[in-house]
Amino acid sequence: MPLLSLITYAPLAGVVAILALKLFGQSEAKSAEASKWVALVVTLVTLALSVLLVVQYDPANPGFQFMEEAPWFMGLSYRMGVDGISILFVLLTAFLMPICIAASWTSIDKRVHEYLIAFLVLETLVIGVFCALDLVLFYIFFEFGLVPMFLIIGIWGGQRRVYAAFKFFLYTLLGSVLMLAAILFMIGSSGTSSIPELMTYHFSPQAQTWLWLAFFASFAVKMPMWPVHTWLPDAHVEAPTAGSVILAGILLKMGGYGFLRFSLPMFPNASDYFAPLVFALSVIAVIYTSLVAFRQTDAKKLIAYSSVAHMGLVTMGIFSGNVEGEQGAIYQMLSHGVISGALFLCVGVIYDRMHTREIKFYGGLVTRMPLYAAVFMLFTMGNVGLPGTSGFVGEILSMTGVYQVSTWTALLAATGVILSAVYMLTLYRAVVFGPLTNPKLAAIEDLNWREVAIFAPLILSTLYMGVQPNSVFNLTSASVDQLVRVYQAAIGG
Amino acid sequence: MDPKLLVTVILFGPLIGAAVAGLFGKRIGDKASMTVTTGFLFLSAILSWVVFSQWTWGGLEPFTVTYAPFIHVGNFISNWSFRLDGLSAVMLVVVTTVSSLVHLYSWGYMADDPSKPRFFAYLSLFTFAMLSLISAADFMQLFFGWEGVGLASYLLIGFWHHKATANAASIKAFVVNRVGDFGFALGIMTAYWAFGTIEFAKLFPLIQASVGQGWDFAGGRFSLIDLTCFLLFIGAMGKSAQFFLHTWLPDAMEGPTPVSALIHAATMVTAGVYMVCLLSPMFEYAPVAKNIVTVIGAVTALFAATVGLTQNDIKRVIAYSTCSQLGYMFFAAGVGAYQAAMFHLFTHAFFKALLFLGAGSVIHGMAHEQDMRRYGALQKYLPITYAVMTIGTIAITGLGIPGIEIGFAGFYSKDAIIHAAYEAGGAGHPLGYFAFFIGILVAGLTAFYSWRVAFFTFNGHARWTPEDLEHHWHNRDHAHDAVHDDHAHAAAAESHSEPETDHGHADHGHGQGHGEYKPHESPWTMRIPLLVLSLGAIFAGFLFHHQFIGEHNAEFWRGAIFHAPVEHAGAEHHAPLWVVWAPLVVSVGGLLVAAYMYIWREGLGAKLAANQGLLYVFFYNKWFFDEIYNATFVRAAKFLGDLFWKGGDQKIIDGLGPDGVSALSVEVGKGAGRLQSGYVYHYAFVMLLGVAGLLTYALWAWAV
Repeated sequence: MPLLSLITYAPLAGVVAILALKLFGQSEAKSAEASKWVALVVTLVTLALSVLLVVQYDPANPGFQFMEEAPWFMGLSYRMGVDGISILFVLLTAFLMPICIAASWTSIDKRVHEYLIAFLVLETLVIGVFCALDLVLFYIFFEFGLVPMFLIIGIWGGQRRVYAAFKFFLYTLLGSVLMLAAILFMIGSSGTSSIPELMTYHFSPQAQTWLWLAFFASFAVKMPMWPVHTWLPDAHVEAPTAGSVILAGILLKMGGYGFLRFSLPMFPNASDYFAPLVFALSVIAVIYTSLVAFRQTDAKKLIAYSSVAHMGLVTMGIFSGNVEGEQGAIYQMLSHGVISGALFLCVGVIYDRMHTREIKFYGGLVTRMPLYAAVFMLFTMGNVGLPGTSGFVGEILSMTGVYQVSTWTALLAATGVILSAVYMLTLYRAVVFGPLTNPKLAAIEDLNWREVAIFAPLILSTLYMGVQPNSVFNLTSASVDQLVRVYQAAIGG
Repeated sequence: MDPKLLVTVILFGPLIGAAVAGLFGKRIGDKASMTVTTGFLFLSAILSWVVFSQWTWGGLEPFTVTYAPFIHVGNFISNWSFRLDGLSAVMLVVVTTVSSLVHLYSWGYMADDPSKPRFFAYLSLFTFAMLSLISAADFMQLFFGWEGVGLASYLLIGFWHHKATANAASIKAFVVNRVGDFGFALGIMTAYWAFGTIEFAKLFPLIQASVGQGWDFAGGRFSLIDLTCFLLFIGAMGKSAQFFLHTWLPDAMEGPTPVSALIHAATMVTAGVYMVCLLSPMFEYAPVAKNIVTVIGAVTALFAATVGLTQNDIKRVIAYSTCSQLGYMFFAAGVGAYQAAMFHLFTHAFFKALLFLGAGSVIHGMAHEQDMRRYGALQKYLPITYAVMTIGTIAITGLGIPGIEIGFAGFYSKDAIIHAAYEAGGAGHPLGYFAFFIGILVAGLTAFYSWRVAFFTFNGHARWTPEDLEHHWHNRDHAHDAVHDDHAHAAAAESHSEPETDHGHADHGHGQGHGEYKPHESPWTMRIPLLVLSLGAIFAGFLFHHQFIGEHNAEFWRGAIFHAPVEHAGAEHHAPLWVVWAPLVVSVGGLLVAAYMYIWREGLGAKLAANQGLLYVFFYNKWFFDEIYNATFVRAAKFLGDLFWKGGDQKIIDGLGPDGVSALSVEVGKGAGRLQSGYVYHYAFVMLLGVAGLLTYALWAWAV
């Protein structure tokens, strides 16, 4: 079986196994335990295959590789392939999934089989999004990816999970309807649904405008961009920890990936035309949501708002249309996938122990949990973009990229450098430093071996990507250079 | 040995030490952690002197070692590297010498601290970051080191993390530095935008050609290089605690005293000066930016000195003194005397580290009391500390005899700066005389506050009793480092009675019985660094002034410092006699006033303070910077945050968006509450069907 499809559908093998365990297992508890191992092994195998994919990838070739093409139905084709832009998102997804399974090991105790199935199905769909080279196939993966996420929030979420799930659904539905219309129009006018072909097809400027807006509606909600971001804090707060990790780590990146795969190459003139709009919304996102984050009393909500601010840098980097901006945006997405995922896990650690995310409840944890304090510090610094962590590289490059085309955007966005320090350090101090006064925390325990094992790969990636970003740029540069070249040629730059 | 190998060992030694102590500190124990970190630092220091002497006397040529690529995107190219030239050679010895001595000193000072491995790991981590800063060959590594030292500073200021004041100070330090880094980052981006590179070696040759590009602004000409340099200088202002961005430095005294000596006096805070000197090929073509540097430097020198006159916390006086001395360095650079700026950086490192460590020795001997109003007559209890503090004070006040050019360290460097400012004025630099007169005035103020510390602490009558100290010792928790008034003091003493591990404190040589606490001299681990630094404070100027600022300084710097052809920062013999003697005269004046107020008419200072004169209140409250910043920036951020959250997100966006929609279907919502999770399944199922149906229909319609 071709490698890409193998990676994409490998998690479904786990689904089958877990269903079998559920149906034929002796006791609920025993089969649930076995299912966790199945899910873990399957996601690890998927990860191993993804690593193999990256190793076999030819970084010198800017085009799509590992192409698969087969006739499908009604004249459509099943097309898969990866280039330097998408391959790392496949790796990121495969990387975060086993972590999510491990993170849910003890904290999920109801409907365990279904929960694991939801995650495995989600993995297939998300990897599919990044590999699909056919519009319809992409759309199916993209939209159906919502369903498991929706269920994860709605079933295994917190108190207000129904409200959060509903909000999540409402926003994304709005975007997807418009995108569907746009996709149908594109197929109708170009006569193909092949993404590589569409990337070289020239839509009229007027068509570009409408198509750009339709796709923008969908991707902007996913990112999320201001002002369609308010679903995210609620979704995060209600989602179980692993759900938040996937949401922040991967699902948000589908928006950024969409801009890179569709908006820029297929509607370059519209992208150029609307860039100031994107810059404005991005700057607002950085400043506005950073200030909102500063005032949060719920640790998870704070990190969720911080995600919106960080995604602001991604969108401005993408629409700067130069190499620095694109590389910065991609890097920022990858780094944010790791760091925000880790931060949600950090909140999860104390939530599992105390069942509250109220910042005020905590304080002085360092006296009881020195290891936790160190881990949390590292990711706090990653989130504020300290050089030496992965967070820095993406930020500086995105801003440098956008500086070339809009100095004011860069200037205003750079205030995020200050604001992120304000809200993250305030959070960290309130939770970790100070005297341990709350008597309920007197017996709180430090990270156990399972949690250490979960954090270890995240720590290593954050530091490695902070010091050796060039190993990533080596993979992405050919494809990104080509993207920028084609884009600049199209807009006459 | 190959100098490339030497610098590599110098750079990575402290990192290895930090990693060992930080990761395995608990396992290998305190002693091992301390030995490893201190050992690597002494190795680095010895090798640094080898490199420095090869540079100074051995004719070593500048070189750059490239270790690995960092970021290569487009022309945005940065490598992990080590750039050795005159500037970095000087910084190497400054950083590693002070750092190794501070490591050793901390053996004694931190003896009763329960988390020694963490402390030593942070110190070594700081040293690594500082070394990577000074050895950067491009802006990215410079920024890496720049923020890396900021991280270490943050961690060390907040080292005693159970203290609310320490936590607040550490956040303040990080955030204010980030304001500076905001400018710094924009400066880097501007340089890249304008010149297409961030590598110094490629950037500097491009500067001259761009002279003339720029804008007319507010009646003057503001060039592209001015803009770049100005933005970069904002970074320097943050790191070096210059006017407007200085507020974090006094608060940083919350950190343990060895940290204050290393980071907040001798090394990190001088990074801004170093950067301006390093970028002299840019600043030389940025007249407007240079004027800004001069004004900010001079104003800071004056401002910090005035505040320093009135403070009672021994560490805070020295902190303001640091701030003020950094101001000297900046206006020296601003008038083009980069050599003098670097020389003052060099000598200042010795005598300021000495003063801080001396103060630490006093604090250590006085049961962690820091309020000078509770000192007095310590001369006979702390004779060695007294001697070295006096040396440090002589050095900082710049005593020396101009005619025969013999004096303590500060004499050479500070006078060179003052003369350079005078000459710049004479050469038509509009702000030269301005800086010169401020320099003279501040020399007098410096003498006053420095001698005030010495006399207030060591002379006069004892303003403490053994019972006070005993009480203080038992109630301390390193907590009340910051003493603003008696109220805060009492409150701190009460609120920090958290029991600590039993120290015994036996090696400190005071009795354990009640009421028997006597001020005591520090252990040898603390005394040796003090003595070594004293040698530096005495001889650093005398030994090196020929190289740094003498006739043949060009041979010493070997191209590291650039002068635009017209500019000229010369040696002192062009200055008239009164200019040469003025610093000494005001300095002695300050000494006499301090002696009058604190020895001959002891108690006069306290009386003056009690009068609460207008100027005194203004100085004592640090020109009300903290109050103004709190009332504006902090409050604005909180107000806007709440407004955007509750008004923007909740009322407007959600009100019009999802909540508005769901209000339309209240009934459905009510039903949802009852159905709970089963209802979610339905939702998902309907959605699935809907999407699938829509897609199928659309495809069918299109296919037909």
